[in-house]
Amino acid sequence: MMNTTSSLSSGPRASSALMSALEARGPKEHDGPVLKVAGLTKSFVVHAHGDLALPVLRDVALAVSPGECLALVGPSGAGKSTLLRSLYGNYRADTGSIRVHHDNAWTELVGAEPRTVLDVRRRTMGFVSQFLRVIPRVATVDVVAEPLLRLDADPAEARDRAEFLLALLNIPQRLWPLPPATFSGGEQQRVNIARSLIVDYPILLLDEPTASLDAGNRDRVVELISQRRDAGSALVGIFHDLGVRELLANRVFEVSP
Amino acid sequence: MKPLLSAKGLTRRFGARVACRDVDFDLWPGEVLGIVGESGSGKTTLLNCLAGRLTPELGSVTYDSAAYGTVDVHDLSEARRRLLSRTEWGFVNQDAREGLRMGVSAGANIGERLMAVGARHYGDIRRTASDWLDRVEIERDRLDDRPTAYSGGMRQRLQIARNLVSEPRLVFMDEPTGGLDVSVQARILDLLRSLVDSLHLSAVLVTHDLGVARLLTHRLMVMQGGAVVEDGLTDQVLDDPQHAYTQMLVASILPV
Repeated sequence: MMNTTSSLSSGPRASSALMSALEARGPKEHDGPVLKVAGLTKSFVVHAHGDLALPVLRDVALAVSPGECLALVGPSGAGKSTLLRSLYGNYRADTGSIRVHHDNAWTELVGAEPRTVLDVRRRTMGFVSQFLRVIPRVATVDVVAEPLLRLDADPAEARDRAEFLLALLNIPQRLWPLPPATFSGGEQQRVNIARSLIVDYPILLLDEPTASLDAGNRDRVVELISQRRDAGSALVGIFHDLGVRELLANRVFEVSP
Repeated sequence: MKPLLSAKGLTRRFGARVACRDVDFDLWPGEVLGIVGESGSGKTTLLNCLAGRLTPELGSVTYDSAAYGTVDVHDLSEARRRLLSRTEWGFVNQDAREGLRMGVSAGANIGERLMAVGARHYGDIRRTASDWLDRVEIERDRLDDRPTAYSGGMRQRLQIARNLVSEPRLVFMDEPTGGLDVSVQARILDLLRSLVDSLHLSAVLVTHDLGVARLLTHRLMVMQGGAVVEDGLTDQVLDDPQHAYTQMLVASILPV
């Protein structure tokens, strides 16, 4: 695993009245990294194929500070998604350390209890994926508001913020009361982005957040994410679109197979 | 913070067959724990041992009761355990007929639980029962009907209302959506999901359906042949299964 760090221009940041209306409540100031990874190793063992072991990550080390966006780069199959999912605790690391700054202390996620990981996910670390996992029968606006409600936010306020994000991401108002199961792929992706961004997480992991979006929606999403970065969130993401990567990332981390 | 429920070394045999073997875990307040595995893996036996319905041969279950402090579930007198199960616990059976009293009205089924936690005023009980019918999407004018006149899905929703009306701290659920049509199942899953969130319930849920487990639980224990072969965060167990048996279960899900 090679760790090349280079500088990318952060690009001009567009702003609009609509965007500035979205209250940017940045995470509390913290000096230095808020996410630290050391000696991270991960392999998959497929038991149906004679316990075939597939090593993916070997001795990965990285650190991300507030206001930074680290882009994971490397060829397809290099392990970028595996690394991102391991950071979120979705994949189980074999060895090493993933520490997040949570509640003004360092919390180790490798080998942590489920409730510890869930608490970090609820309050500190968000994940924006390409795909929405549809919940049967739940209205779009409630799907989006849910992560905020889990933090005991005022229901009316959570709903307002959900509606604001949905409008911002061009989801037609007539769709808000409907469950997103029948929406197009692009619409579902934007609903998922709204859901993932409704809480101002100090750490945000992004897996191809603009993958199947048209140019207009892609720009909106990039604007929202760069606003989070500038407000002091620490970002780690996979961005295949070079234009998007240029606009968002300050550093790159090369993942090699 | 203390665990709400702790199992230590739970073992139960039926004759020569081991139904569950050496099961250890802690359930923390607000957690929903799923127990998954194929039929015959010991899920229901474990659930019944946890809820005090079946006595384990080895091991213990301790519960942090609001009324009595930390108690050993299998050391309690039968009367005390029954009281606990009516006041602080809920138990949702797969077959609603086992969890309901089929000979009395829906209102009486819900009201009985309220009276167990001290409600005495007839008008209040009736109003609360009616509110709960509404909450589980049964028309209020069905309050005086017996569950025998209800469909399978309605009975299951009534059973959920009966169990949750007294705001239990801990709910045991055995395949709560098993044997129901998928549309009815979706409705019940949605209901359980929102109730778990709004009432901050802790629950132990037995299911063979990994989709149900994904939707409702925070963590999973995978059982095979009576033993827990893998446990962890629900999405981790389903997306990155480690044990051969879990890998086989996850690989067997039919895509839609």
